[in-house]
Parts: sequence; structure tokens; C-alpha cells
Amino acid sequence: MRVALFVTCINDALYPRTGQAVVTLLERLGVEVDFPDAQSCCGQPQFNTGYRHATEPLVERYADAFEGYDHIVVPSGSCAAMVRDNYPRIGAKAAAEGRGRVLSAAAERVVPRTYELTEFLVDVLGVTDVGAYYPHTVTYHPTCHGLRMLTLGERPRQLLEQVEGLQLRELEGAEECCGFGGTFAVKNAAVSSAMGADKARHIEASGAGSVCAVDNSCLMHIGGVLSRSGSQVRPLHLAEILASTRNAPL
Amino acid sequence: MSSRETVLGRVRRALADVPRGERPDEAPVGRDYLRVHGERSPRETVRLLTEHLTDYRARVHHCSPAGLPEVVAELLSRQGSRSVVAPAGVPDAWLPRDVEHVADSPTLTARDLDAVGSVVTGCAVAVAETGTLVLDASRDQGRRSITLVPDHHVCVVRVPDQVVGSVPQALERLDPARPQTWISGPSATSDIELNRVEGVHGPRTLDVVLVGEDSSML
Amino acid sequence: MSVTYLGMPPFPQAAQDSTRDTRLRSNLRHATHTIRDKRAGAVAELPDWAALRTAGAQIKDRTLRHLDTYLEQLEAAVTAAGGTVHWAVDAAEANEIVTRLVRETGEREVVKVKSMATQEIGLNEALEDSGIAAYETDLAELIVQLGDDRPSHILVPAIHRNRGEIRDIFAEKMGRWGRPAPDGLGDSPAQLAEAARLHLREKFLNAKVGISGANFMVAESGTLVVVESEGNGRMCLTLPETLISVVGIEKVVPTWQDLEVFLQLLPRSSTAERMNPYTSTWAGSTESDGPRGFHLVLLDNGRTDTLADQVGRQTLRCIRCSACLNVCPVYERAGGHAYGSPYPGPIGAILTPQLDSVETGLDASLPYASSLCGACYEVCPVAIDIPEVLVHLRERVVQGGTVTVRGQRTTVRPAKGHAAERAAMRAASWTFDHPRALRAGERLAVRARRLVPNRLPRPGSAWTDTRDTPRVPPESFRDWWRRTRTPAEATEAAGKGGEGKVRQERAGSARREGPTGGVR
Repeated sequence: MRVALFVTCINDALYPRTGQAVVTLLERLGVEVDFPDAQSCCGQPQFNTGYRHATEPLVERYADAFEGYDHIVVPSGSCAAMVRDNYPRIGAKAAAEGRGRVLSAAAERVVPRTYELTEFLVDVLGVTDVGAYYPHTVTYHPTCHGLRMLTLGERPRQLLEQVEGLQLRELEGAEECCGFGGTFAVKNAAVSSAMGADKARHIEASGAGSVCAVDNSCLMHIGGVLSRSGSQVRPLHLAEILASTRNAPL
Repeated sequence: MSSRETVLGRVRRALADVPRGERPDEAPVGRDYLRVHGERSPRETVRLLTEHLTDYRARVHHCSPAGLPEVVAELLSRQGSRSVVAPAGVPDAWLPRDVEHVADSPTLTARDLDAVGSVVTGCAVAVAETGTLVLDASRDQGRRSITLVPDHHVCVVRVPDQVVGSVPQALERLDPARPQTWISGPSATSDIELNRVEGVHGPRTLDVVLVGEDSSML
Repeated sequence: MSVTYLGMPPFPQAAQDSTRDTRLRSNLRHATHTIRDKRAGAVAELPDWAALRTAGAQIKDRTLRHLDTYLEQLEAAVTAAGGTVHWAVDAAEANEIVTRLVRETGEREVVKVKSMATQEIGLNEALEDSGIAAYETDLAELIVQLGDDRPSHILVPAIHRNRGEIRDIFAEKMGRWGRPAPDGLGDSPAQLAEAARLHLREKFLNAKVGISGANFMVAESGTLVVVESEGNGRMCLTLPETLISVVGIEKVVPTWQDLEVFLQLLPRSSTAERMNPYTSTWAGSTESDGPRGFHLVLLDNGRTDTLADQVGRQTLRCIRCSACLNVCPVYERAGGHAYGSPYPGPIGAILTPQLDSVETGLDASLPYASSLCGACYEVCPVAIDIPEVLVHLRERVVQGGTVTVRGQRTTVRPAKGHAAERAAMRAASWTFDHPRALRAGERLAVRARRLVPNRLPRPGSAWTDTRDTPRVPPESFRDWWRRTRTPAEATEAAGKGGEGKVRQERAGSARREGPTGGVR
């Protein structure tokens, strides 16, 4: 089984610890992980803002960078959803614009092999107990694209529930968007901030010491709101909790 | 070019992607939803109708055909109605003698009806899953305005034969050419803070009388 | 002409003010959360909801793919049933037709059933200009009309008003239009509903002309369907001598049987009821029952332009249930007025810009009034993929492209004001497509990481006004991997080869077969 990590651009540049945690976790589970250096960004910021044409080279790059791997593991619900839902659309639109099937073919090559991290763990490896240890209180925020585009469902919670010592706290309004939304966060800053403030309030009210999610982009926004308000709650990617063990605690 | 031709022309140009010669029924429609939700005996269907009518604040009563006049009299008296309008198909025997009978007729104006206390009608079909009564202007239901303007509606449903389980089953029995009124509980609104309040323009009191020979149905 | 109200600012500006309105926020939060939970319960009662939803979408798609056929069938059926069918290309023509029809009756007053189509075309204002008074009879529309206000929700146009505000409007304004509110009017919903009942009863009993929309039109039988709660619809559809229904051409469904799907989907999605209190159906006119004269005005007003767009077309499936508004976190905070048209919320964000034949700044901002969270798509009873259409319309804004305007294929240029963003997006894509540049950029960020202040000047302030910025780590993942996982000589090779190899592969990517391996 050849497994590649698509770390995503935001994790690469801003949250390398998440990528490192995925590597630690997968290797602990006996998976040999590769990091194709040719990878970059899935193109979601451009695509979701309307710059579909500017996204196209990144679709091809992704397909080429991950050629030959059986599984592409992505520690981001929204980047995985970008590949799975939007790459085929980009391909179809390019074809409709008379530019052939190159992009459609690229999408077809990668869509079935691209997995969000919790999908890979639960569906491919068939594990929910990954031997993690994190003796703290945690609340889980299901990020929108993982929740609704990938329909991750209970997978993240199943993994968290098996973490030794972890106390999972309920989050009110868990399935409501945190207000990040990519460029929405700056284009509609007032609404985005209002949504973020409500999310932060619910997180505080959960009494958890950290808030966990499968998307660092959302956590960047949530964490930014929490930190600005002087909150002590720590934003954490799920992978970092799952990588934590008694011998090497987070 | 007429506006009709303009609009139809625009529609046709807009659909340039639809293959020429595609028939409408070639566009797939899956009908794999349920005809009725759950298997119920006629008795259970009647019970569900009762439950759902009550849920939406209709008052439900049961009786045998022989007992109907007594029930109607009691309901009109409880409402304090001194007059009652009824369509031609409602037997006079259903109505109490001590209130004024107003016959449904095209000469009745809305103002005339506004002065009438109650209306008594039959129905075309009742839907258990949704607690709905359907009137289709047949002889025992009359013109639409008579069940609208008076503040009290007594609707008689023959059970079990007028009761169906579901919306799809109800539509099968109805004729789209007839004017219909589907009634689910008394008039209501959710316009203030999205809270449901009963009683706006239609009859504020809806009494449903389920009439059957077989008392085990009731 | 534009569906949006005159002089409306772009969405973010309007929303900036409305999000600060704490009373509005609290009214909306209360109302949308109440209905949200109820809807979930009503939907959960039907185990075949997903199948109904699919069927609803498919019936609408079938109708739209053959809309010309069904419209002609409908016209024939309505005419055969004694109705008269009129066609209106746009709002102005629809208003002219209705005004003329009312004038022909000699009446100066009409009663109206709540109708999105007549809101869209500004019918009340057009009638007023001709000296005809149009009385809204839906409770919420009455609140809006008396309060000289605008609707802010599809189902509950006065959702932004709480009971105390409604009491004040009734007490102050009812007397100017007819029967005044009772003395000492309280603010319980029951008392307010009673005041509306008394006020409007006079109007109903006198009404000679009624104006409505319709939720559905059945092509095969010419039957129109109006779904409502209060009974004001029945009053307007039954008591007047003349009935005029203004209906968008997309409201047609092929068969009577098709209603079995929509009469299950709509009430549960809309008011979260098993069935709404009243549904009226009629075909043409009926001897001595209801209006003697029936006119159906079929309205295009941008719908055929929307139909011409293969991605946007699904917008026309909409049955105006407003479930998408009730779950939308953006709507909940910004309120309906910020959307600047009678169609607020997620559906408005895609419908308004498509119906408009004149693109306004507001139109260009509406597709961005969403975090793309997808809650709207999840609840939509006819499965309109609103996020997909939003992104599609964003493309139209920033990339331009071919669209249909008033029936003509037109190439639109990108909207103004996106030059800097476009340059940034292109630069980002270029960088991401050139790993060496990307690596250099990341390293530059690392070196400068201590220099990033927690509060940035514009445009960065849009982020930092309310949120801290993340700290740039001392090393990117890419560099960590290279440092810890790759032998020194391989690093060198990969550093040079990474870009070159992919470039080479991409040149042949279309014809390549079988795995060639990544950079392993």
C-alpha cells in the first residue's frame, strides 16, 4: 500500500505540527507515508472565490504529484472535499468550454484515492482506537465541508472516544458554521466575526480545555477569535490528539 | 412578436442543451417514495386521523349515523350558534330544529354568511397522516365560501370509507377540475415570532365528527 | 429592470450595520432556531424523505427541460377551464396587465394573498401609481405594509419584528387604513392575530378583486394551488368576483399526481407542519362558486435567462419554502434586509443576481454572502445545490463569461473592483504551481514571522479587527520533511527535480498510462 500525505498549503506553511502528527500517527499504525514534494495547494481559495481558471493548473499538479499512490491522506475536510467534489466540476466545465478532457481525466485519477484523515483511519485501516493518550477535556467542532460534503459523520467522534484519558465535552450548536468560509472571513468580516463570536462562546461554555477539528483553516479563525478574547481554550487539530501517546504526550 | 411568443422563444433557446426529440418522460423521475407511511388497519388509520386532527386543535367526535343529529345539535349549542348554513347534500335531519337553517345558494353574499353562526358539511376525503380534510364542492360540501366565512365548521367524515392514509392516496381520489379546499386544523398563523397561533381568518373552531356503523372503528 | 430595491448598498455594507442591531439579532435567532428544530422533527417523521426530495428535484428538472411544452399545455387547460392566460416578459409588462385588468373591473381596491412574484415585480407600488389600493392580507405582510417596511423573510416577512413592535405598529397604523386596533391592544400573538382578523374582515367582505400568486400550476389540468395558513388566501381566492394570479413560469408541474410529492415536501420544510392549515386548488372558474373571472399572468422576468444557464437552472426548482433561510448562519446574523430584494437568504443570494437583467453592485456581492457551509443544500427539499450555484455566480463576477440577458447571449466582463484580488489569486496560483517559489515564499514568511503585528492595516484589518493572526512556525512542514526524512543527496535531487519532474509529467499527463511514481 503506497500512501501519500497531502499536507495542504495552510498546514505546510502555518501548522506543520499537524502534518508531523499525521506522519507520527500513520507510522505508529504501520503505514509507510510518503510526502511527494511536488504537491502544493488544492486550489480551494481560488476556486471558491470564483477564479476557476486560476485553479486549473493546481488540479493538474495535484493529479501529477500523487500519481501512483494507492491512497492520498489529507488532514483537512475542506481540502479533501475540494478534490472530491470540485475537481470533477472543474473538469466538466473545462470540457464544456471546449478544452478537452485533460482536467476531467486528472480528476478521475485522484478523486477515488483521496481520503480525509479520519476516513482513511476508520474506512481504510479499520481502526478507531489508535492507541492515543490525551488526558484532557476536549470539545469537537465538526467543520462544514467534512460534515456536509464528505459526510464524515461519527468518524471523528469515534476516534476521540477511544483516546485514553480524553473527556469529550458536548458543544452547543456544534453543526453551525464557525464563520471562516475562506475569503468570506474578510469579504464579509462583520458576519464572519459574529458567527465566530457565537462559536467561541459555545466553546467556552463547553468547559473544555481545547477545541478540536479536522480543519486548521477553521481553527485558525476560531483560535483567532478565542485568543483575541483572552480565552485559554486551545485549538487543536484532531491529528495532534491522535498522535499523542503516553510516551510522547502532546 | 407577442409576449407569448417571446417567452416561449426564450425558453426554447435556453434549452439548447436538451437533445432534440427528447420526450418529457425521458427525463427520469423516481417514484420510489412510499405510497403510505406504515401498514395500518382501517381502524388504526382512523385512530391516526383522530390523533393528528387533535394535534392541530381540531375537536374530534365520534358517533353512529343515528346519533349524528344529537352530536351536531350539541356542537352548535356549545358554540352558541343560532343559525347554520348547510349545502343541499346535507340532510335536513342532521340539523337541529331550534336553530335557523340557511340553505347554501349563489345568492348568499359574504356578508350574509358573516352573520351565520355555523356551517355543517360532509367531506370528500380525510387524510390520516396529515390530519387533513378535503372538500371538493360536492353536494354535501357546497360552495367554498360557506366553509370559510362562518366562525364554526362542523365537518362530518364517514369512517372508514372516506379516510385514506396518505397524501398520495388522497390525490388519487380527487378530481383536479373541481375547486378544492384542504383543511388541516383551524386557521392558524406562525407570523409572530414563528409561534403557531390558532384562529385568524378561517373558522376558528373546527369540529370533526367521525360517523360510522361499526363502533369499533371509532 | 432590477429585482433589487433601489439604492441598496452591497451586502457586506448592509450586513455590517444589521449585525450590530442586537434586537434584530435576537428576534432572528429566536425565530430561526424555533423553526429549525421543528422542521427537523417534521422531516424525521417521514422515513422516505430522501426519496421524496429526489423525486421533487427530478419532477422540477423534467418540467424545466420541457418548459415550453408544459406552459403550452397549461395555457390550453386553463383556457378550457374558463380562465384567461396572459404572458409577461418582464415586471413592467406584468404590472401593466394587472393594472389594466383591475381598471376594467372599475374597482379602486384589491385584496392580496401573500405572493413572492408580486413582491418581485413591485406590483403594489405600480397599482398605487394608478390610484389603486392593494391591501396585503397575510398577517406578516400586513405588519410590513402597515409599518411601511420591507419583507425580510420569504415565509414570515415580518420575522425581524417581535411582538412588542408588532403591537405598536397595529395600535398606531391600523386606523389609517380601516378598522383601528382594539383599545388596550396587548402583545400576545393571539391578541395580535385577533386584531388582524377584525381589521381585515371588512376588506374581505367588500373585496371585488383578489390578487394572488400560486405555489404550483398543474399543466395537465390547469389547476392552480395556493398553500397557506391563515385563511386570508381562501378569502382572496373565493370571495371576490375577479381573481388575478401572477405566477412565475417555473411554478408549473406536469401532473396532478406530482402534487403528492410537493404537498409532502413543502409544509414540512416551510412551517414544519405535517400539512399547512389550508390549501386551495382551482381550475379556471367554476359556475356560482368563487370568482367569475379568472386571469393567469405568466411571468418570465429573468427566469428564461436563469433557465439558459445549465448550472444556475436548478435555482428554478425552488418552491419558496424558506428552509434555507432558517438554517443559514449568515441570514441569522445579517437579517433579510441586507439581501436587498424580496428574496433574502441563501436562495436570494443565487436567485436575485440571476433574475436581474441589470447587474448592480449588490448583485455582484450577493454570491459572496455565504461561508459555503452547505446547511442550505442539506435542508433544501428540491436539492438545489446552493453552494455550487454560489461559486458558479462568483465566477461570473470575477471572471466574466457568457450569460443570457433578456434572451440574448451576452459576454459579460468581470465586475469592477476585483483587480487587486484577481492579481493576488493569480499570483497565488502561480506560486503554488512553482514549488521553488513556494518554498522561497514560505522561508521568507518564516524569516519575517516576528515582524507580523497582531493588528494589520487595511485590507488585513478585516481579519485582525476581531481575530488574532496565527503565528508563523519556525519551519514549514516541507522543510521539516526534507530535513528529517530525506537523505542529503536525495534532497538535492528532489529540490532540483521536483519542479522539473512534474513539469515533464504534466506535458504528457493526458496520454500517460499507469503509475509513474511521485517523487519518491
